Amino acid sequence: MSTGIYLDNNATTMVSPEVVEEMMPFFSEQYGNPSSMHQFGDKVGRALKKARQQVQALLGAEHDSEIIFTSCGTEADSTAILSALKAQPDRKDIITTVVEHPAVLSLCEYLEKEGYTVHYLKVDKKGRLDMQEYIRLLSDKVAIVSVMWANNESGTLFPITEMAELASSAGVMFHTDAVQAVGKLPINLKESAIDMLSLSGHKLHAPKGIGVLYLRRGVRFRPLLRGGHQERGRRAGTENSASIVGLGKACEMALSAMAQEKTTVKALRDRLEHGILSQVSHCFVTGDPGNRLPNTCNIAFEYIEGEAILLLLNKMGIAASSGSACTSGSLEPSHVMRAMDIPYTAAHGSVRFSLSRYNSQADVDKVIEAVPPIIEKLRKLSPYWSGNGPVEDPEKAFAPTYA
Amino acid sequence: MWDYSEKVQDHFYNPRNAGAIEGANGTGDVGSLSCGDALRLTLKVDPDSDKILDAGFQTFGCGSAIASSSALTEMIKGMTLDDALTVSNQDIADYLDGLPPEKMHCSVMGREALQAAVANYRGEEWKDDHEEGALVCKCFAIDEVMIEDTVRANNLSTVEEVTNYTKAGGGCSACHEGIEEILTRVLAEQGVAFDPNAKIDMPKATQPKLTNIQRMKRIEELLDEIRPNLQRDKGDVELVEVDGKNIYVNMVGACGGCQMASVTLGGIQQHLAEGLGEFIQVMPSQELARQAGA
Repeated sequence: MSTGIYLDNNATTMVSPEVVEEMMPFFSEQYGNPSSMHQFGDKVGRALKKARQQVQALLGAEHDSEIIFTSCGTEADSTAILSALKAQPDRKDIITTVVEHPAVLSLCEYLEKEGYTVHYLKVDKKGRLDMQEYIRLLSDKVAIVSVMWANNESGTLFPITEMAELASSAGVMFHTDAVQAVGKLPINLKESAIDMLSLSGHKLHAPKGIGVLYLRRGVRFRPLLRGGHQERGRRAGTENSASIVGLGKACEMALSAMAQEKTTVKALRDRLEHGILSQVSHCFVTGDPGNRLPNTCNIAFEYIEGEAILLLLNKMGIAASSGSACTSGSLEPSHVMRAMDIPYTAAHGSVRFSLSRYNSQADVDKVIEAVPPIIEKLRKLSPYWSGNGPVEDPEKAFAPTYA
Repeated sequence: MWDYSEKVQDHFYNPRNAGAIEGANGTGDVGSLSCGDALRLTLKVDPDSDKILDAGFQTFGCGSAIASSSALTEMIKGMTLDDALTVSNQDIADYLDGLPPEKMHCSVMGREALQAAVANYRGEEWKDDHEEGALVCKCFAIDEVMIEDTVRANNLSTVEEVTNYTKAGGGCSACHEGIEEILTRVLAEQGVAFDPNAKIDMPKATQPKLTNIQRMKRIEELLDEIRPNLQRDKGDVELVEVDGKNIYVNMVGACGGCQMASVTLGGIQQHLAEGLGEFIQVMPSQELARQAGA
């Protein structure tokens, strides 16, 4: 393993060594095509069946046939939304939120150009939805509701099981992009009204290039990829058997480590957060601190910019991420931060630390030590800052001509 | 991660001239909306010699914004104000051994802060004269506003024309969908539907046939029309020879070694063909030498 402190687990995770070990034979001797009649294919076929059951167990799905392997979370999202539109051609509306991942947002923006109506639920300053607005929008014009379970930037959780119940009683299909939630929160789909759910392997210590669409038995479905009979004709294309086996193992491990998430991982996250907030002035936690993923901590450092913070952290071997515009090369700071009405001078300075069960207390303590001098160094360069605090009335004292 | 040059990294990790100058007599506060970055440049100018004695910066921004600010102060210290004003954003980027296309606006912000600070020292009011939009073409750092303005000003209707006029889309071509969207939007304002299969109309040769002298003069006139575009990129074009439908030109200055030279030649060819109302071929003058040698 490379040296350094990795606190960017919402971006991607280390593949667990046990997962790698489980996968290895499927690159070499276990090369059969699971569709084949001979023993080479049969062994791989059995391995896929086991993996499907491991995913089923983590999700609490009723049947293993409700698990459809895809190439990634984005494919699962696209498959779910486009299927709902194809299967119900008379319904032209979609309900989603302003803080979704681009995997859903960009698709929705494209569908608007194609003539569909997309309702984007707004969030308040803590990133929470207005349930009354949601209830008002549910109608028989809506083909699908697609709402993320946990926000990738702030970690804020949406009341997905309640929202699914509401959709179900209005006769509307419900999909959730749960790539950040799966493996970090207990999920029991058979007890829920969720029709479809997306997950991504590389967010839970499986490799990149493998995802899952959970599709409740009986939900009307139209495949995105047509071709062979793989995945019961619902997702054609020869199976990525090594990665499927790896994902199965990762799901099994996540299930047995589930208690650790809300104890060990959460404790480390809280230690990190308290450590930083107690030493650095003019910074705050974004999102809804009382209702978020146990591993995520997003802190907005006022009057400085996130990319600069990341570069200095990186120099010390610490990996995190930021909602600043500069880190993505886009025009705006993170749409999630803007949706929560966080001012530009803070949104640009937001830094996300996301932990995993592979982080240690020593990691966290090093980060607590590293952050304050970095913030101080950058604030010394900032036109909004003077001495030990922001200049008086910062927005007025420095009001540049914007191009 | 950004591919920052060693120079950019050095100026970010070890910024020069950080902080406000004591006794500054010129201040420029500017921001770039496209990144949320902002910069305050303070200058201490000697009123007798007009020389910049000292310069300091305070920047709210990313790594390359801080590096561009630091580089700018190093470059202009000791210069007269008039000399300092000739420093372009490209000069700042060159000083740093280049910036990623998405980050070029950081150098633009540096140049604007300089203009604003000099205006402030001279008691003038500085007005920003350009607007920045979302980056569309990453190969040549062309933004949305630039494409929209060019489409409007020249009544463009195809992606190919946009490439000829702005370079946007002339590289990897991944942004063609984005350019089509801009065309669809701008053309819709004029009540026209974007046609992806539209061919650029070649005017029929209805004019009376030109004499050789008239034709060459006309070619010179047409080249003069596009010269400002090339000069804006620090390049130029010279007419070398006209041989029937073959027109040989020399690309000079920045255009000479530019990897876009062939696209630029395509643009010149199109402009000449439209202006002359006949099919012609524009070739680099080296081609003439090659043919002579053959």
